[in-house]
Amino acid sequence: MQLSQEWIDIAYLMAASMFVLGIKGLARPKTARRGNLIAAAGMAIAAVATLLHRDIVSYEVIIAGVIIGAIVGAVLAIKVQMTAMPQMVALLNGFGGGASFTVASAQYFQGLGAAEPMATIPMIASGMAILIGTVTLTGSMVAFSKLQEIISGQPMGFPGMKFVNALLLGSAVVCIGYLVHDPSQTGFFWVLAVLAALLGLLLVLPIGGADMPVVIALLNSYSGVAAAAAGFVMNNSALIITGSLVGASGLILTNIMCKAMNRSLTNVLFGVMAEGGEKMDADEVYEGKIRSASPDEVGMILETAKRVVVVPGFGLAMAQAQHAVRELADTLDGMGVEVEYGIHPVAGRMPGHMNVLLAEAEVPYDKLKDMDAINPTFEETDVVIVIGANDVTNPLAREDKGSPIYGMPILNVDKARTVVVVKRSLSPGFAGLPNPLFAKDNTLMLFGDGKQAILDISTSLKDS
Amino acid sequence: MDFVALLTLFVLAVFLGFELISKVPPTLHTPLMSGSNAISGITIVGALLAAGYHGEGNEIVRVFGFIAVVLATINVVGGFMVTNRMLGMFKRK
Repeated sequence: MQLSQEWIDIAYLMAASMFVLGIKGLARPKTARRGNLIAAAGMAIAAVATLLHRDIVSYEVIIAGVIIGAIVGAVLAIKVQMTAMPQMVALLNGFGGGASFTVASAQYFQGLGAAEPMATIPMIASGMAILIGTVTLTGSMVAFSKLQEIISGQPMGFPGMKFVNALLLGSAVVCIGYLVHDPSQTGFFWVLAVLAALLGLLLVLPIGGADMPVVIALLNSYSGVAAAAAGFVMNNSALIITGSLVGASGLILTNIMCKAMNRSLTNVLFGVMAEGGEKMDADEVYEGKIRSASPDEVGMILETAKRVVVVPGFGLAMAQAQHAVRELADTLDGMGVEVEYGIHPVAGRMPGHMNVLLAEAEVPYDKLKDMDAINPTFEETDVVIVIGANDVTNPLAREDKGSPIYGMPILNVDKARTVVVVKRSLSPGFAGLPNPLFAKDNTLMLFGDGKQAILDISTSLKDS
Repeated sequence: MDFVALLTLFVLAVFLGFELISKVPPTLHTPLMSGSNAISGITIVGALLAAGYHGEGNEIVRVFGFIAVVLATINVVGGFMVTNRMLGMFKRK
């Protein structure tokens, strides 16, 4: 059976509409799963319709590719730990970029064999898809390696890196220009691909671990733009619509992340941290003012509490403490204590990461509050338990105009009656700053491994 | 379709994207990202056409097509499955 081009285009329209409905479903947790299934069905329609295209004459290569891809994809999706979700998304961003690059490349070489050379606009679009797709591919591989700790999360660079990047980008554009002028010069195609691959590496290497949420969101956006460019090459509306939806999505998330860190996108991209006025001395901030508590003492304070807020950070993921936290919350709930969770937009290493971890531990999603919802409630909160979060609770962001993080929106945990900070030591967070919160009169430090500390509090509560 | 029609489509879809995505709550931002990875696997339609192409002396088209099919399928299958797995965890009490 073969379908005419009209019917195939109608199938693509159906697929695009179902993607829109799918994203619409994500507006509420209740409808989200159904939305995802609708989008998946749309994808199936588009793929099946394409298989019935008259240009497809052999199926061996297709079957081999689909089998390999499906096995790899399914294994990744089933095996990945929720703590490793940022790496998974980085990997998928990269594969998306790689797919757009290879599709545009195939189109380019197919065009070489045709009677007429590739026209100007499809050639420009091919060049863009190759450039952006390859940058996304190699950039995402660097992001993945940093998140997986295959390479150091520290910013890496050399003097004049910006200049080299500008040179790479400029040369890539020149290559596209030559290809538009004469598509048969395949040498320029290969040079373009290599330049773009290098550019992707050099763009992400100077970005530090703390900025990974921004990078992942931005690469997500790039992968969408690359797909849209491939759509212009192929004259394919489904690719254009979907690519622009994904591009917009990544851009919105990038913007949210930048705002939540009070950093501009250019500062993140070039690995620039704001310069602090005077260097703060950690000993001066902490000396003689740190009060540490035992799990039993914390348990006693919790016994008399009416309202408790848990503030999680990436340390919670590192310690795999999400289940222990939920058990503690259940115990408190049984005692009639109200427990909620305050989640900063950049807690964790990607947008929404903490929410997924806590959902995995079966924390009901209506207990997860975002920054704007939780901040006004701290004054009526008896105990805040900060676990694995640091910079997002640092009052310097609110009070010290000279501080590099001044102006970053934070969770005002210090407004609560008592703050318990669960932490291994007084070491600084990503920003490298001391946190005066730890030295406040209403703060108790509970030193130790996050998971063990929470388990110990639970035990002392149950025993009493 | 001519270029201007495609460009119109692109610009309108960007606006639609901004409207749709700004309604997604922060709690679902991770599934949003993996889900958008899955739908950007729509490049599979271009990949299938390239992999199934049978022109004279065009081995390289099918090589690129094969790689594209593998990568796009990983995104589609992996993306939808992991999103479904995550969303299954979001429950009310």
